[in-house]
Amino acid sequence: MELNHTNRQINVTRNSLFEQGYLDEQFTQLEDLQDDVNPNFVEEIVTLFFADSMRLIHNAETALENYPLDFCKLDDYMHQFMGSSSSIGAKKVKNECTQFQECCKVRNADGCTRAFQRVKQEHATLKRKLQTYFQV
Amino acid sequence: MNNNKQMMASSSGGSWKSGGGDGGVSDQFPAGLRVLVVDDDSTCLMILEKMLRHCNYEVTKCNRAEVALSYLRENKNGFDVVISDVHMPDMDGFKLLEHIGLEMDLPVIMMSADDSKSVVMKGVTHGACDYLIKPVRIEALRNIWQHMVRRRKHEWKDFDQSASADEQKPPEEPDYSSSANEGNNWKNTKRRKDEEDEAEERDDSSSLKKPRVVWSVELHQQFVAAVNQLGIDKAVPKKILELMNVPGLMRENVASHLQKYRLYLRRLSGSQLPGGMNSGFMGGPDAGYGPMSSLNGLDLQALAASGQLSQLPPQSLATLQAVALGRSNNSKSVIDQRNIFSFENPKSRYSEVQSQHLNNNNNINNSNNNNNNNNISSNINNNSKQMNLLPGIPTNIEPKQFVSLHQSGQHSFGSMNNQVQIQMGGQSQSQHQVQSNTNAHMLTRGAVDMSSKVYNPVVSVSQASSVNSYPLGGSLGNPNVRATPSGDGNLDAKVSVGGIVPSYDVFYDLSQTREWSLQDSGLTYDQSSLLLQHNHSSGSEMREQNQNLGGGKVMFSPAVDTRTHLNGSNIGQQRNTYIKTESHSDGSFHNTMYSEQYGQDDLLAAILKQQQGVGQLNNEFGFDGYALDDLPV
Repeated sequence: MELNHTNRQINVTRNSLFEQGYLDEQFTQLEDLQDDVNPNFVEEIVTLFFADSMRLIHNAETALENYPLDFCKLDDYMHQFMGSSSSIGAKKVKNECTQFQECCKVRNADGCTRAFQRVKQEHATLKRKLQTYFQV
Repeated sequence: MNNNKQMMASSSGGSWKSGGGDGGVSDQFPAGLRVLVVDDDSTCLMILEKMLRHCNYEVTKCNRAEVALSYLRENKNGFDVVISDVHMPDMDGFKLLEHIGLEMDLPVIMMSADDSKSVVMKGVTHGACDYLIKPVRIEALRNIWQHMVRRRKHEWKDFDQSASADEQKPPEEPDYSSSANEGNNWKNTKRRKDEEDEAEERDDSSSLKKPRVVWSVELHQQFVAAVNQLGIDKAVPKKILELMNVPGLMRENVASHLQKYRLYLRRLSGSQLPGGMNSGFMGGPDAGYGPMSSLNGLDLQALAASGQLSQLPPQSLATLQAVALGRSNNSKSVIDQRNIFSFENPKSRYSEVQSQHLNNNNNINNSNNNNNNNNISSNINNNSKQMNLLPGIPTNIEPKQFVSLHQSGQHSFGSMNNQVQIQMGGQSQSQHQVQSNTNAHMLTRGAVDMSSKVYNPVVSVSQASSVNSYPLGGSLGNPNVRATPSGDGNLDAKVSVGGIVPSYDVFYDLSQTREWSLQDSGLTYDQSSLLLQHNHSSGSEMREQNQNLGGGKVMFSPAVDTRTHLNGSNIGQQRNTYIKTESHSDGSFHNTMYSEQYGQDDLLAAILKQQQGVGQLNNEFGFDGYALDDLPV
């Protein structure tokens, strides 16, 4: 019973993450990769992602504080960030990254700052949700 | 999975390739495919590793390009395919791609979150055999083994073709394909059985006149490594042959190549050989240089004309000028400019090239160039006589351009080849071959980063005719700015603007035709040299390319009677030689890639030759087969 309940809960949580667009099929790919050899593969990857991305976010924040903005560098950071978030299937985060890159392209400083805030926000949200998910 | 791996390991040291005789291995294929993954993003790296393991591949991951290169270098046969990210902090993915193409000739798959057309195109032109968009799905990874097979197949084909007149290759170019170039390793392993016949044929013929051994970049690298290991004094052909362990390679091949190499070294070390730069490898009379001067003018003009090479022309011109100048007047300054051009090679082609080749890629060139120039100038001076600066041709070589030219430098080996070739004129043939091979490799491999720039002009020249294929295919990487005297003014090819400098072709042809009246064609000489180079390396690639000579492709038609045309104005017509450009349909870029390597060297050679006087070239070129042996040392 309890187990079923737990499983169901996991599924519900998981489904909601997908439905709400936090995760996409890439996440499913990761889940498929999980096997007996690495039973916690997905969790490990996600943890790694968040550790890495914290660093990138920090770098981007620093870069955003230096005026005039170095759009190239920012674009680079975002590109990297986008790469990893798309690899784990973090859909919303990836979308925000794309927005950010668009702003960089047109050299819209304000737009960049705002976009970055959104990126951070989505990132934090996802982190929270996934942590909950894994705890279950 | 584990079992497979073990099996693989046991069968061939982890390489299923060698499983020719190991039924188990082949059955398991593609399991056990040895993949090297390079990505600075640890998350992606881990995911990829997992996915590849799920495909039953053997995975090695690293997050730095330099580390990846060292893995590859330490274990030349240790990997079957490389997957690399495009954006990396320590080295640009495309640069890595070039390096790998030049040095190891492994299939490289690029990947990136960036799916814009320009980047993908860049990957293609640099020789990537595939481009994956992140996020990478496991399905995309399952089939990467095809790239390995395809490459092996091509190499073997080249190998065979020379012997067996494949329909793909124009019969007149048997030389380039195979002979031990490209993938000696592969040859040994995989296709051995298939090739055996051909190899035997070749070997047999070698007893008489040695089948032309195409000294591809790779082959030459192996040769140089063996020589260095033994010590130049103690390096005897027999030992070198043993060390190299290349099937199908005969002692005589090595001996003649060694002879040339010695000459080349002697030349490099500052001894200004009177009237002959070539001495280097070519060992033959420097005759080749004569045309060079003419080339310079032509090439530069051609390059300039080519428009496309916007970048190149100045460079190539500059280079040419530099070369010319260098030769004529030790002017270092001139040379410096030239540095940009592949000419860097000229100077110390060998020496510099080696060190530079990796660095050159763009910044170093300038500095290197300078160094090179000095060296070259000394060398060149000998020849310098006529180096007249190209009139009206801007000599400002931008580092960038130069770099590209020097790209070949990356493959130091390649550059060496180029250099060797040029100088030797006739002799260089063999050398060129090596170089060209290297270059070709480099170029084809996509190493050419300049590709974008350069090669356009040359392509036009491509004379669909005998594209002999200088299959520069070798990822010449170095955008040699060979100012190949393309009659149309496209010096193209040679000016390796980033792309492959078809110049090789030109030279190649020149050599082929022997008749170069180097005097006027000046360039022709280089061409032949270039040609030589080309032939080998990409053998198959070139050939095919040549065949396609379609518009953009610069085909090298080696056997060109057009030599005489090489004078520059005709060069375009000469087509044979110049065209090296990879007739690949994907656009001349590839071609340029080849030429790049050649370009630099070729240009230099051409220039040198010109100075020398064309007449000499005639003798030397006996490119017919690029066989090193043929070249009189």
